Amino acid sequence: MSIAAPLLDLVAIAFFILGLHFLNAPPTARFGNRLAAVGMFIALVIILIQTGGVAWWAIAIGVVLGGTIGVVAAIRVKMTAMPQMVALYNGAGGGAAALISVVEYVVFLRSGGAAMDPIVSVSLIVSMIIGAVSFAGSIIAFLKLQELMTGRPVTYPAQQIVNALVALAILAIGGWFITIGGTLPPLDFAGLVVLALALGVLFVLPIGGADMPVVISLLNSFTGLAVAVAGFEINSELLIICGALVGASGTILTVDMSRAMNRSLANVLFSAFGSAGGSEPAAAGSGGPQNVRSVSADDVAVMLAYANKVMFVPGYGMAVAQAQHSVKALADQLEKRNVHVSYAIHPVAGRMPGHMNVLLAEANVPYEQLLELDAANAELPTTDVALVIGANDVTNPAARNVPSSPIYGMPILDVDKAANVIVLKRSMRSGFAGIDNPLYELPNTAMLFGDAKASIDALVAAVKAL
Amino acid sequence: MTDVSHLLTLLTVLMLAIFVGFEVISKVPTTLHTPLMSATNAIHGIVIAGAIVATVSLFAAGGSSVPMTIVAIAAVTLGAINVFGGFAVTERMLQMFKRKEGGK
Repeated sequence: MSIAAPLLDLVAIAFFILGLHFLNAPPTARFGNRLAAVGMFIALVIILIQTGGVAWWAIAIGVVLGGTIGVVAAIRVKMTAMPQMVALYNGAGGGAAALISVVEYVVFLRSGGAAMDPIVSVSLIVSMIIGAVSFAGSIIAFLKLQELMTGRPVTYPAQQIVNALVALAILAIGGWFITIGGTLPPLDFAGLVVLALALGVLFVLPIGGADMPVVISLLNSFTGLAVAVAGFEINSELLIICGALVGASGTILTVDMSRAMNRSLANVLFSAFGSAGGSEPAAAGSGGPQNVRSVSADDVAVMLAYANKVMFVPGYGMAVAQAQHSVKALADQLEKRNVHVSYAIHPVAGRMPGHMNVLLAEANVPYEQLLELDAANAELPTTDVALVIGANDVTNPAARNVPSSPIYGMPILDVDKAANVIVLKRSMRSGFAGIDNPLYELPNTAMLFGDAKASIDALVAAVKAL
Repeated sequence: MTDVSHLLTLLTVLMLAIFVGFEVISKVPTTLHTPLMSATNAIHGIVIAGAIVATVSLFAAGGSSVPMTIVAIAAVTLGAINVFGGFAVTERMLQMFKRKEGGK
């Protein structure tokens, strides 16, 4: 083998690392992504040349088929459906890692060898298990976010025990596989694959609602890990390095996101948080909020038009209603009247970190106007009107002052400190965490009921008419 | 036959890559978390290289059966979805990050 191929692989790796580096800042992010894509192109050309044309048609079918599906889906997907799209791509990567192990296992069986090299047997079984868990888990995450199944946690009696037993069975069979050097009969191996898929499903089922972003991020890091381990299996430093980079980033993101909710990762994964809310919405004993004040769009328009400082607080409701363009139109109208407009972005608003940023960027909102949690909270006490657009739990003051609340301790946007709070909401239904929001009963809060997009459009028209 | 020094080399590479991953990524602002997640997703699409290697070793070992050929093609297909879709969707997201003066 010539030295050129490994050297070009090194170039590709440098491009990946530099690409991630340039993703640090909005002005260079696009360049970073393209740099990484060029690195990927180089790496793929090298690997294709190295095959020497063996199985070229099978590889061509896979590349063309998968490439077409991937690109067409990427072009067609709506910006609001981005989280589930990322989940699907992630699942595809995990599935590929698992299938590599299946192929390598069959190749070994056919070779008639007595036992696998221990490095190969360990990495083969580990990458198969993690890849299959990531694949099945990502599919469930997709189904939940696409609302093809309930988004709420699915629980049943002795759930943790069942999951633990499945995990133990996988560990036992996997350990046996390594002990006997990979000479497991095909049916037993297939059984292990099924168990790993089942674990992926079972592990994501009890997680729901606002916790889905954490899970997608965790599954992203799982796939990275599976790819790194697959690198040991087929002896590829390229796979080890790329997998490790992604494993590390996914872990950071996952921990950051749990921290933003002031909960440990273990709590997110195993507590089926919010599952009680669906069945007993009035658990707080207050019988749900009653003393809420409802206002008309015209009243709100006057309030906004004559304010000095307005803060938009977007949440998942804005994403669902596709209201980002209307929000931008309203901001333009207000800025024409010299109202100072900014946006408060909670780290876990929406269904992914940065979800709101992407949507608002789509509507051409300059990112300088987006304030992160601390900056927004510093501004809120001097804000005239806080306009909450389909955000709920991230504005719930119970997180600050009701120790018995399930979200107690979670950092929130202190919108209640603004002079006036207008909450745009479809109905009085509780948020994804399934808990009441005392914000709605505060004297400085008023509710504007209706679809977020319709309400904002009405506000735009009303402000224009003033 | 386990080659210990080779294993150690690979483990060293793994460890260093993990540290680089933490260093280079922990500086990304929340604004870019979704594109970042999407970009790293695309980078683990390198798994397609593994799928190609596995397919080659399957065919090199004296041809392939129909079911195993399907499995190998599925592996390459999934890898391709991951890598092409990942970069395309990240590019689409980043196209939208514009500065204030950026016209319509």
